[in-house]
Amino acid sequence: MATMMAEPTGVPVRVEEHPQSFIRKYIFSTDHKIIGIQFLFTCLFFLLIGGLLAVMLRFQLGFPGATMPGGSLLPETMAPDGIILPEFYNSLVTMHGTFMVFFAVMPLLVGVYANYLIPVQIGTHDMAFPRLNMMSYWMFLVSGLIMLSSFWVIGGASASGWTQYAPLSASPEASGVSTGQILWIVSIAIFAFSSLLGSVNYITTIINQRAPGMTWLRLPLVIWTLFITAILGLLAIPVLTAALIMLLFDQTIGTTFFLPDTGGQPLLWQHLFWFFGHPEVYILILPGMGFVSEIIANGSRKPIFGYKSMVYAIIAIAGLGFIVWGHHMFQSGMNPALGMSFMITTLIIAVPSAIKVFNWMGTMWGGSIRFHTPFLFAVGFVMLFAIGGFSGIFMASSPVDIFIHDTYFIVAHIHYVLFGGSLFAIFGAIYYWFPKMFGRMINETAGKIHFFLTFVLFNLVFFPMHGLGMAGMMRRIYEPAQYEHLSGIQDTNTMVSWAAFGLFASGLYFMVLFFWSLFKGKPAPENPWEATTLEWTLPSPPMHGNWKELPTVYHGPYEYSHPDMEKDWLLQNERPDVVSPAHH
Amino acid sequence: MDWSFPINISTQGVGIDNMFWLIFWITGAAFLIVEVGVLWFLWKYRARDGHKARYTHGHLGAEIIWTTIPAVTMVALGIMSGQMWADIRSPSSFPENALTIGVSAKQFEWNVTYPGADRVLGNEDDFTIRNRFEFPVDEPVIVRLESEDVIHSFFIPEMRVKQDAVPGMTIPIWFEATQTGEFQIACAELCGLGHYRMRARVVVHEADAFNRWYDEHTGAAQVAAAD
Repeated sequence: MATMMAEPTGVPVRVEEHPQSFIRKYIFSTDHKIIGIQFLFTCLFFLLIGGLLAVMLRFQLGFPGATMPGGSLLPETMAPDGIILPEFYNSLVTMHGTFMVFFAVMPLLVGVYANYLIPVQIGTHDMAFPRLNMMSYWMFLVSGLIMLSSFWVIGGASASGWTQYAPLSASPEASGVSTGQILWIVSIAIFAFSSLLGSVNYITTIINQRAPGMTWLRLPLVIWTLFITAILGLLAIPVLTAALIMLLFDQTIGTTFFLPDTGGQPLLWQHLFWFFGHPEVYILILPGMGFVSEIIANGSRKPIFGYKSMVYAIIAIAGLGFIVWGHHMFQSGMNPALGMSFMITTLIIAVPSAIKVFNWMGTMWGGSIRFHTPFLFAVGFVMLFAIGGFSGIFMASSPVDIFIHDTYFIVAHIHYVLFGGSLFAIFGAIYYWFPKMFGRMINETAGKIHFFLTFVLFNLVFFPMHGLGMAGMMRRIYEPAQYEHLSGIQDTNTMVSWAAFGLFASGLYFMVLFFWSLFKGKPAPENPWEATTLEWTLPSPPMHGNWKELPTVYHGPYEYSHPDMEKDWLLQNERPDVVSPAHH
Repeated sequence: MDWSFPINISTQGVGIDNMFWLIFWITGAAFLIVEVGVLWFLWKYRARDGHKARYTHGHLGAEIIWTTIPAVTMVALGIMSGQMWADIRSPSSFPENALTIGVSAKQFEWNVTYPGADRVLGNEDDFTIRNRFEFPVDEPVIVRLESEDVIHSFFIPEMRVKQDAVPGMTIPIWFEATQTGEFQIACAELCGLGHYRMRARVVVHEADAFNRWYDEHTGAAQVAAAD
């Protein structure tokens, strides 16, 4: 490994010789850990925004036409007298999806944990390109603020759905939104560039800077998922960027890439968007699968079951993920024969997901399970992601999709995957690595209360949506009960809205717990979960540059309950024969 | 809400609903295996004093089993769904000599164009009615779907029909109703400000009643053309 020569072990780390100013250390930092933490705080803010938008749109669905408490604070153009307008409702659904996908879940998974974990888990001092890393964060922040600002421009925020189907998104006359629509495109284009910088960095770092002995098949699974995710990003995001530029030109300088009157093709947008968008779905779930693998092995005190098949499944998901995009378009007018091929690939991608679920169960089997908060969230992930996987099979079957496409069935599905899946994994990761990141513990009882509240309320919100979808309730409808076939669903919608308010409240509870623990949590030891990967050999929090002397790795990442040893965990840089005299 | 579909009044809907329930039972069984399995493991393998976890890195046989069974199931579902999909959507599945009606969507209305007395769509004796879609029971109907502005989606829940209307394209779909009655077209694709209220009346007639209705209108169209 060439870089090992460039960075010989034993070189003292820079920070101790050159103390940095506050601004260099905490604001314009190039330290991957600080950048990860910056992403974390920023993403929690955007998560809160996304949640608030959800509360507002659920208010309209639960209590159509009623005066929203606090709604009078909103301008006349959104909610005159506190009553949400249909055009504002369209912006709410658009921006809820946008904030959650692009500014909360994706950067929480990748911006936060790829940055924080890659160097400390593979055993290196920092990212390959620390300045690009810093730039990636600042571009992300700018893109998020641009998106947020679009609520206050004339015409309001984009109202053409987070999927931005053209021509609705391509001409100001169609959606009634002009400036807000342009800001949406510009913001996501900047976001896309920020993600690319991240991807290049993660891939380079993982390939070149693994510690001595850290072979590919000794990598923690979270690194595998982040590596594959970065490759997905590198290949998929430029397609989105190209599409965004075309859309921006349609919107502003009169090109007609997506407008049919003068030779454009609306379906082109959908192909480009979903060519990005489906790999994006796996960008949004794979790192979560990595966190969960880490945490389930730790909680069960067992090596991960079927490490290699887990790795192959990650790679298979990523590969197949590029050839399933057409399943979003079964009812779009695309050639039905093409729909057939996309159906087959889509059904097959269920297989590697199933393999992962069974391997997590295999990991718990025969374990000695410790029910810490991160483990509860990881198990929650397995239980809820499985439901999201099952509901996906209904939509993969294109004839069944005819009915449930664009109904609440798909809304239920995406939330079981992105909330029950990704966000549960993120909560697990926050609880699991909080002690390492901030040197303090989050109170276990308080964390478990958060878990049970979230788990119960999540299911109350999203499980009934399957039924709403079966009843034929369409997505993005301001007032569904006006339809004859939906006249009986208002009670369910009202119940779901109450549960959603509760879910939001449990999110606020988590925010309070998080910030309280930052200052008042008990000091964290080096390895509070008695885990095995390299970050747990570092002090909590690790110093700038992580290691004075790079560690050497002797074995795989999950050596729990080794029969030759007294203690039930073996760090990757420990040798069983040295730790345990019984071995001789 | 009672966890059921709206009534089905189309020939294609029977297969669609059956396929839904087939997938429901298959995934339901898998759901039980996973959820009950997880809860059972959590209970059975909870940490207890003097009990150590089993040290194992996996089992090839288990991997083969839980790769093969889902793979075979998925491919089987794919083949069955593919056949049904072809029966509904492939160009060769379209019935000959069916009544052909044009539906053109625009923000925020459905314009339904019927062929005139010659029963051929696309010439000058056609007549158009806004937000009213009428057709006979027990007879295949082809809809040629278009849009004038943005993408809309033509959704009649009871007919198990949904198809996007895309500007610049004419997309044919076909179906056959098995019951008479009044229903609604809903727009299922976000299409702008008035998306939520973009609906139209659907009337499925007995053949006789449809012919009477039709003659009245073609007569009217001829009179209008003569003026």
